[in-house]
Amino acid sequence: MVITRDILELERRAAELRWRLVEMMGMGKAHHFGGSLSSADMIAALYFRQMRYDPADPCWPDRDRFVMSKGHSVPAQYAALAMLGVFSVEELATLKRLGSRLQGHPVMGLTPGIEACTGALGEGLSFANGLALAAKLTGREYRVYCMVGDGELHEGQLWEAFMTAARRRLDNLVVLVDRNRLKAMDGADTAKSLDRLDERLATFGWAVREINGHDMREICAGLDWATAQEGPAVLIAHTVKGRGVSFMEDRPGFHNAALSDGQWAQARAELARALAEKQEQAHAETR
Amino acid sequence: MPKLVETRFAYGDALAELGALNEKVVVLDADLYNSTRTCVFRDRFPARFFDMGISEADMVSTAAGMAAAGLIPFCNSFAIFLTGVCYMPIRTQIAYPSLPVRLAGSSAGLTQGPDGASHQALEDIALMRSLPHMTILSPADDLETRLATMALAELPGPAYLRLGRYPVPRVCGDDYRFEVGRAVRLRAGEEVVVFATGHMVWKALEAAAELARDGVDAGIVNVSSIKPLDEEAIRLAASTARLVVTIEEHSIIGGLGSAVAECLSDCTCRPPLLRLGVKDRFGESGLADELLEKHGLQPPAIRAAVLRRLMTVS
Repeated sequence: MVITRDILELERRAAELRWRLVEMMGMGKAHHFGGSLSSADMIAALYFRQMRYDPADPCWPDRDRFVMSKGHSVPAQYAALAMLGVFSVEELATLKRLGSRLQGHPVMGLTPGIEACTGALGEGLSFANGLALAAKLTGREYRVYCMVGDGELHEGQLWEAFMTAARRRLDNLVVLVDRNRLKAMDGADTAKSLDRLDERLATFGWAVREINGHDMREICAGLDWATAQEGPAVLIAHTVKGRGVSFMEDRPGFHNAALSDGQWAQARAELARALAEKQEQAHAETR
Repeated sequence: MPKLVETRFAYGDALAELGALNEKVVVLDADLYNSTRTCVFRDRFPARFFDMGISEADMVSTAAGMAAAGLIPFCNSFAIFLTGVCYMPIRTQIAYPSLPVRLAGSSAGLTQGPDGASHQALEDIALMRSLPHMTILSPADDLETRLATMALAELPGPAYLRLGRYPVPRVCGDDYRFEVGRAVRLRAGEEVVVFATGHMVWKALEAAAELARDGVDAGIVNVSSIKPLDEEAIRLAASTARLVVTIEEHSIIGGLGSAVAECLSDCTCRPPLLRLGVKDRFGESGLADELLEKHGLQPPAIRAAVLRRLMTVS
């Protein structure tokens, strides 16, 4: 059970995360806006509520781990880590610059708080399985959360990994599918069928629940449900690619795009307005 | 007749030995544990053995996660599947973050034999050698295989261990000391210096004995550590030899021959280089010895190739 005040606070954090995302990406250079924005609410729920995590000690052996298998959306994770204080929010401005710790795709060992090297799609869930299996073998009680994209589900290795986790009954593993229905070029369902994804995952031996990936109450309830399962659980989160910026929403062109001055100004204004509204709501609730 | 042992058997036994010494060692296999000999480890440490099924890429990525959590995983399959199918996850998830995953590629080379080209790894060294952080070990006999396997427990980064299913005699002495990055001279000789790896060390030693009868003085160096390469040993040989030879059960593109050529290209003293191996071709079905003969990798053919090349050297 999640109380309203906590939900509002998480929504405020998610709004701040989105605003920081677009601030760090800036204008004129290509960035992965779409998938970062579609995953933002789930990233906020994980880092600001769900995960057992000490920002002062991102290498704590018993920490919960988050693996961003859809590595191009890592700016959302960078924003969350900076907001937690794992590194400074000022560092976000170095994203993808030469010599930066914030690479275009996640690099473990380089960026504090990043748990895996991903970027080549389809590999992250196997890695998450390895983390979860190691926890079982060494008697540690951490959980592993892994986010995959719906387009990423085209990659065969993911289905190998789904089979492995089911066979090993990894109850310390939760997958979130960012079901934003778009891949880089166009629809995620155009080149390969993703019909009845819930049934497919269920027949692969996973506990499956569908949620609205932008409804904080559903995300939190979904994560609570997922962690209570006796085996691996997957949340199919229905999302909108580019969520929060009107001209990006549900538009494949913003998978990886450079914004014009005008677009950047509009995006910032919309996200700043959304953040201000959430701050006001959260403030009103605590009064 | 000396006892002949396949390096994969020595590996299987050593792995179980390592399992007893180090609790962090875990073993993953992709449905080939009888061939790869990880069945020995499985029988002794079933809780630390993971049959991942016929999914090599999933296996190596899972191992990467295990390594990130502090374990020392050994991944096992045929060399061609392990390096070929898994090149991307090895690159992104193991080599790039330099995680201590050990990749044991079994049945490498032509001597895989009857299964044919699909199963004969002739490009695995080339693939792994292109990756930063990767250590590549290609032991020559059962003793060196055991020592190399044990050494892998201590290595901080990733490693590829090349193993075979071809019975070879002991070529390293009982007091043999294995060290990553060190090439070992097994036969003295200055006129021709032969750098050989894996099964070919034995073949090179046999060829050298024949060359001695021809009056050619050929030294043999066992290059079991292909990366890092013992560049000092190569520079030393280059400074005195009339001819440098490389022999490998691998394509002459990207393997030991290429590594030695790259090293020699930086030397001021640069003798001619003869690269023996598979000459940019695929293998085929056949018996191991027939295939080695067809590709000029049996001692008589090695001898003949060296003599031919020496005639062109002033």
